[in-house]
Amino acid sequence: MDASVWTFKRPKQNALVRLLDHKPFLTFLCMLPAGLLLLLFLTYPLGLGFWLSFTDTQIGQAGEWVGLENFDSILHDRVFINTVWNTMFYTVVATVGKFALGLWLALLLNENLPFKSLLRAIILLPFIVPTVLSAIAFWFLYDPQFSIISYLLVDVLHLRTTYIDFLGTPWPARWSLIAANIWRGIPFVAITLLAGLQTISPSLYEAALLDGSSGWQRFRFITFPLLMPILAIVLTFSVLFTFTDFQLVYAITRGGPIDSTHLMATLAFQRGIPGGQLGEGAAIAVSMIPFLIFATLFSYFALARRKWQQGESND
Amino acid sequence: MTETADAGLADAVTERDVPTRLSWESRSRRVVTIYVPLICFLIILLFPFYWMGITAFKPDAELLDYKHNNPFFIQHVTLANIRKLLFETEYPRWLMTTMGVAVGATVLSLFSSVLAAYAIQRLRFRGSTTVGLLIYLAYLVPPSILFIPLATMVFQLGLFDSPFALVLTYPTFLIPFCTWLLIGYFKSIPYELEECALIDGATRLQILRRITLPLAVPGLISAGIFAFTLSWNEFIYALAFIQSSENKTVPVAILTELVTGDVYQWGALMAGSLLGSLPVAIFYSFFVEYYVSSLTGAVKE
Repeated sequence: MDASVWTFKRPKQNALVRLLDHKPFLTFLCMLPAGLLLLLFLTYPLGLGFWLSFTDTQIGQAGEWVGLENFDSILHDRVFINTVWNTMFYTVVATVGKFALGLWLALLLNENLPFKSLLRAIILLPFIVPTVLSAIAFWFLYDPQFSIISYLLVDVLHLRTTYIDFLGTPWPARWSLIAANIWRGIPFVAITLLAGLQTISPSLYEAALLDGSSGWQRFRFITFPLLMPILAIVLTFSVLFTFTDFQLVYAITRGGPIDSTHLMATLAFQRGIPGGQLGEGAAIAVSMIPFLIFATLFSYFALARRKWQQGESND
Repeated sequence: MTETADAGLADAVTERDVPTRLSWESRSRRVVTIYVPLICFLIILLFPFYWMGITAFKPDAELLDYKHNNPFFIQHVTLANIRKLLFETEYPRWLMTTMGVAVGATVLSLFSSVLAAYAIQRLRFRGSTTVGLLIYLAYLVPPSILFIPLATMVFQLGLFDSPFALVLTYPTFLIPFCTWLLIGYFKSIPYELEECALIDGATRLQILRRITLPLAVPGLISAGIFAFTLSWNEFIYALAFIQSSENKTVPVAILTELVTGDVYQWGALMAGSLLGSLPVAIFYSFFVEYYVSSLTGAVKE
């Protein structure tokens, strides 16, 4: 590349420097740490997970190939079937809640408010704090005896006569977990959607105002369609992480009462690590994959399709 | 509204409703439709933290008796829960382990991500976009699927019950995120700068060290903060790979070591949660802007 005139100006380079400047070698070297870590601890375990799900491996005992036996047994397992339904219910309800409230909060924050950046910083707090630690706070809020929510309803507002048993029976426990999940998810949705809202040009709203549009029409025909691309991505992530949620449920109920609040991840953990049935745990974890692929493709393509319909470039 | 407050809002694209405010959009309507819901949101989002804080400093007698004490305030502030946590449990040890693991995993993933992002964005080898896409897809693989096979691997590698298992496995979810973030940052640095340096006879590594990296410092900080908080908050790997009490990280230790028997020590639990959240919260408060920009930037990419 260098003309011969320049070569004498260059400091004398040893072989190592020249080798490091050789582009293919440098590329290889740069990709090496990340590639090695990801192949070793992500790709390989993903494959290993599939293999384990076809074996009867237990902790401290290498397994043998058993074919589809694990899948057969979990499909006849009432707890597993209930867990699948519960995971889907949890994902759908929590995602809808998060997006409805998060979008609302984003729209509120997009107004002309004082202390905007401070507000944004405070709102993100539930997202920053370790989930398990805020889950413990929720556990205390849901305590049958010392719940402050029950105290408010019974002793201050006199709306009920008995304290609520939040986590003792299946349905209240499920709703309590969903509430905690929504609480944790709102900030992420609100802040990312706010970023999307701020990219919408104000002139569009001005034009719509001149045409005599109502607030709802402006939301429906300007805000919502222009927010679609970012909404699709945030939704994909949110569905993915809600479906595979582990921390909240493990911290608050550990799957109880009577296995009614298990998600697939917590059930896989319970069977695999404390239960020692690694093969069966892996089979449960692997059964999450089809759901995940479906949810990702659905939320991505169903919504991202709008992007090119609007005539934008599809990068 | 003063000049300074308006200047602070200048970056937000919200000036539109100043000129276009209609007559019916009066002050009281604005209060009802914006401020009241916003305050409700704030109260709900922050209440668990207030509760955590207030419980941590409450004596047990007040904590268990709502009838005679207003539960929303503290009559007699006590440090007994904090003292118990710091001196009667291994809490300082857990904090140190968590800090070590988080710093180790962050450094390792930042190093790998910087090199990978530079190769993908600047060296532009054949198939670099495919590699970028694969790394993005790697971010979509959730830890809940990987922990069982990883547990068997960790066991076979002899790393079971060692913090090194965590330092090595956390990069699996940190590298994809950081690389993706840094690719975006490198893209924003004009390539002409590098071309000039190439013509002046700098080697590729010199360019990376002297030109690209100093210009990408904001990106590095964002990626670092994100990696640190994500590894501080990580739970499932730490729960599955660590057995002995002294090697546990804070989130796992609070849940498994402080919950003893049927009578929950709410005071100590809340104090532990508060102390465990503080380092991330402080760290976060210093770099809020970086954090928000990386969060929103990564989604927009």
